[in-house]
Amino acid sequence: MAELLLEIFSEEIPARMQVRAAEDLSKMMIDGLTKAGLKIEGAKVLSGPRRLTFVAEVPLRSPDVSEERKGPRVGSPDRAIEGFLKGAGLSDVSEAEIQSDPKKGEYYVAVLNSEGRNTTEIVSELVPDIMRNFPWPKSMKSGASSFRWVRPLQGIICLLDGAVVPFEVGGIKSGDMTEGHRKHGKGGFKINGFDSYVKSLEGEGYVVLSHNKRKELIIEQARKACADKGLELVEDEGLLSEVAGLAEWPVVILGNMDPSFLELPAEVIRLSMRTHQKYFAVRDPKSGELAPNFIVVANQDAPDGGKAIAAGNSRVLSARLADAKFFQSEDAKKTLAEYYDKLDTVVFHKKLGTIKDKAERVAALARELAPKVGADPDKAEAAAKLAKNDLVTQMVIEFTSLEGQIGRLMYEREGGDPDIAVAIEDHYKPKGPSDEVPTNPVAVAVALADKIDSLFEFFAIAEEQPTGSKDPYALRRAGLGILRLEIENELALSPRWYFEMAAKLNHSDLNYLEFADAIDQIEGFLSLRLENLLKLSGHRMDTVSAVSSANFQEGVGLSHYRWHERSLNLETFLDSEEGQNLLAGYKRAANILKAEAKKSELPEGLPNRPDDPHGAALFDALQTASSKITSALEDENFEKAMLSLAELRAPIDAFFTEVQVISSDSAVKENNLRLLGLIRDTARQIADFEAING
Amino acid sequence: MSDKPAQTLSFQGLILTLQNYWAKQGCVILQPFDTEVGAGTLHPATVLRSLGPKPWNVAYVQPSRRPADGRYGDNPNRLQHYYQFQVIMKPNPANFQELYLGSLDAIGINRDLHDIRFVEDDWENPTVGAWGLGWEVWCDGMEVSQYTYFQQVGGMDVELVSGELTYGLERLAMYVQGVENVYDLVFTDANEKNGTPEVLYGDVFHQNEVQQSTYNFEHADTDKILEKFKMAEAECQDLLALEKPLPLPAYEHALKASHLFNLLDARGVVSPTQRQEYIKRVRDLAKGCAEAHVKSEEAVADRAWQ
Repeated sequence: MAELLLEIFSEEIPARMQVRAAEDLSKMMIDGLTKAGLKIEGAKVLSGPRRLTFVAEVPLRSPDVSEERKGPRVGSPDRAIEGFLKGAGLSDVSEAEIQSDPKKGEYYVAVLNSEGRNTTEIVSELVPDIMRNFPWPKSMKSGASSFRWVRPLQGIICLLDGAVVPFEVGGIKSGDMTEGHRKHGKGGFKINGFDSYVKSLEGEGYVVLSHNKRKELIIEQARKACADKGLELVEDEGLLSEVAGLAEWPVVILGNMDPSFLELPAEVIRLSMRTHQKYFAVRDPKSGELAPNFIVVANQDAPDGGKAIAAGNSRVLSARLADAKFFQSEDAKKTLAEYYDKLDTVVFHKKLGTIKDKAERVAALARELAPKVGADPDKAEAAAKLAKNDLVTQMVIEFTSLEGQIGRLMYEREGGDPDIAVAIEDHYKPKGPSDEVPTNPVAVAVALADKIDSLFEFFAIAEEQPTGSKDPYALRRAGLGILRLEIENELALSPRWYFEMAAKLNHSDLNYLEFADAIDQIEGFLSLRLENLLKLSGHRMDTVSAVSSANFQEGVGLSHYRWHERSLNLETFLDSEEGQNLLAGYKRAANILKAEAKKSELPEGLPNRPDDPHGAALFDALQTASSKITSALEDENFEKAMLSLAELRAPIDAFFTEVQVISSDSAVKENNLRLLGLIRDTARQIADFEAING
Repeated sequence: MSDKPAQTLSFQGLILTLQNYWAKQGCVILQPFDTEVGAGTLHPATVLRSLGPKPWNVAYVQPSRRPADGRYGDNPNRLQHYYQFQVIMKPNPANFQELYLGSLDAIGINRDLHDIRFVEDDWENPTVGAWGLGWEVWCDGMEVSQYTYFQQVGGMDVELVSGELTYGLERLAMYVQGVENVYDLVFTDANEKNGTPEVLYGDVFHQNEVQQSTYNFEHADTDKILEKFKMAEAECQDLLALEKPLPLPAYEHALKASHLFNLLDARGVVSPTQRQEYIKRVRDLAKGCAEAHVKSEEAVADRAWQ
């Protein structure tokens, strides 16, 4: 085995792309080498701001391979033989061997011997090919070349067993030279293998090659820099990974800021530090409040110990925060409520009007929803008319991700009602599958109304619905939000009721057919979201449609809360032995019915009580189960309903074991079929077992 | 002349140093374009010359106007009229990044003491259908330049990639001089021998900011501006529709339309939907000019006057 070392050196690679690029490089190298017949050991990949590095042990040569390819029989038509020769790459039939087989007789065989190739040759073709087809999220051309890389390519090291593997790609010839850190590690380094590569770069080159090692260095230094001053780092994994991609030689510096900026909302300070400046926030461990400091990760050891860098960064942060303070004081010249009219200047959707139009619709709907979720209707309406107002404040225009939070802070500062304040911030929630769900009733009313409005309106105009990866108005998120709001707050609301309400309040012009059509589509859409929700939490998904097709026939619409609960109950039931057997019994009954239905029309009506004891026992059990199930469902006791269904297991089993269903006596047979129909219909009161897999 | 400044640079000293530096690298030093533009990129020396197969290296200062950024001379960081220093090297040389870092040395940024970073920032200018990949260059966390490798201009793929640098001169000067308020920048040093006084940025431009902000926000007559916008648009379209189109004058009218739109925007009379429409109208003009320019360049022989 010999060592293969590859370094691709370029101008600064975007931090967010480095780790993925290293994984892609590694995978493509391993796949390519393996495909060429080379065994690889100890493959390793490193990534940093200016370089991707791959190293592995490979043989110096790929093995010889011999392959036999069977051809047509001797004496086959010329065309068949020609085709075989062409496919095998032979020029004359004399180059093929003849083998014989007792069944087939004599036939041609092409023996294809491919000699192994030198690994140098393989690599010199593979690397340029990989580089030309590299899956960068965005790539560019440079100068007069048509080669694309993430940023201009500056150099390539490619060594096999210490010797350069020669090739050229993007106008760059592979070699054995690289450069270190731009400031500390100047001068070329001649490399003869991975050990010398690491020694040169991590030594005189001032380059920490591993992304994870840079992360560790940064977090250790940052914790220490804070602890030395009695402070605590506000840790942030995403930011850590990003800054580890912005420095080859990370040096952590603790900077100061004017304490008067701490009057700003902590979210604004943190966001300003994080997104604009890539600084970590620092807090006082005693109070838990932010401290007037920040951690910046520089890319060099400065001779003054980083004083100038700290001062420079502090000035930039001050300018940013001064802007934020300016926005805050400008915004505070009006009350939050006074921004309502300005919402009319922001278009929500060209067919659905402005954000103000949306707020009006949400307010009306939130008012109706409020009593159903235990909220005060006046508060819900007021909150909905305040919830979007911060979208037109300068602070949110600048810091978009703080929508809701800024409104809440403004409203609290004005001394507003605490429930309404919570609702202003929380009405956007849950923003994702792991985001928390509001529990304050006023917040729940507005959050639901906001999402119901979005779903209903977009389905009513039949536009902007999610397809594939496109979901411009985040309707999937809205749908999932509706489900989680109802499920986690145990709200048994009728979807049909609130969608009708949304229509009645805002769409007197919508005709009933359009409305019914939209509702059907939304229900289908939400049922997919419910499946998705169950899948996310590790449950089976087929219960969703089993429950819905059994329960939506009521026409009033099953609440999402019950639907979810019943899906889970059904899953538990199906996991039990009773459930398994009952499912088997159901399927057996259903299959017989299906088979019989093909032969002739199934007998209609209810069965009579059969004469044979097993049939009679099943008949009695079905009568009892059916009435128990009906009354349990009336009490919303799905579990009890299922227990009653489970009681059918023994009589069904006995019936199938002891009774000849398809009797030669046609009257008995018809009655038996009616009895099987009753099994199916009784089970369907609970769920459509047809929809259950397995 | 040495690349190392003897003392902290005045505002004009900064400009002169950058001009000298890039002149030495082989750039044509042009003067500002004489039509209002929102950014140095819009100068035809960038937008039009970055198209086509001919090499082109240029550096120039461009006064840039963004009416909505006016603050009546009250804000220490924001101006409706400011300067950008623009460099284009087409095709970008392999050592363009090194050349850029050399320019920072030239203006007195000590890279031993200061942390220079290249942070991903893909640039685009929708009004001229241009985009490229590159970075914001940070010095101690402050953006000192925009660095871009053009990939498309006027909605067309470029034949040769231009390396583009844009230095925000006021911000850079504030950094170099350690000044917190733009109006306190030393524009020109005193000359003791001749008895000429030190001149500050505010001495030169403060009144201009006050008056232009007042005009932009209070007196700009939106009906007339809209008329002028339509006239500029029509004139641009007419020039492009000629049997032998005239892309260079047409482009000037596209720039005028772009500036007039910015004025309307500053007056707050453009709704977000209309905004997109205006941008599209200007982009269509710019694209038309770019396409016509490429065609006319193909038709004209090199040094046709000789």
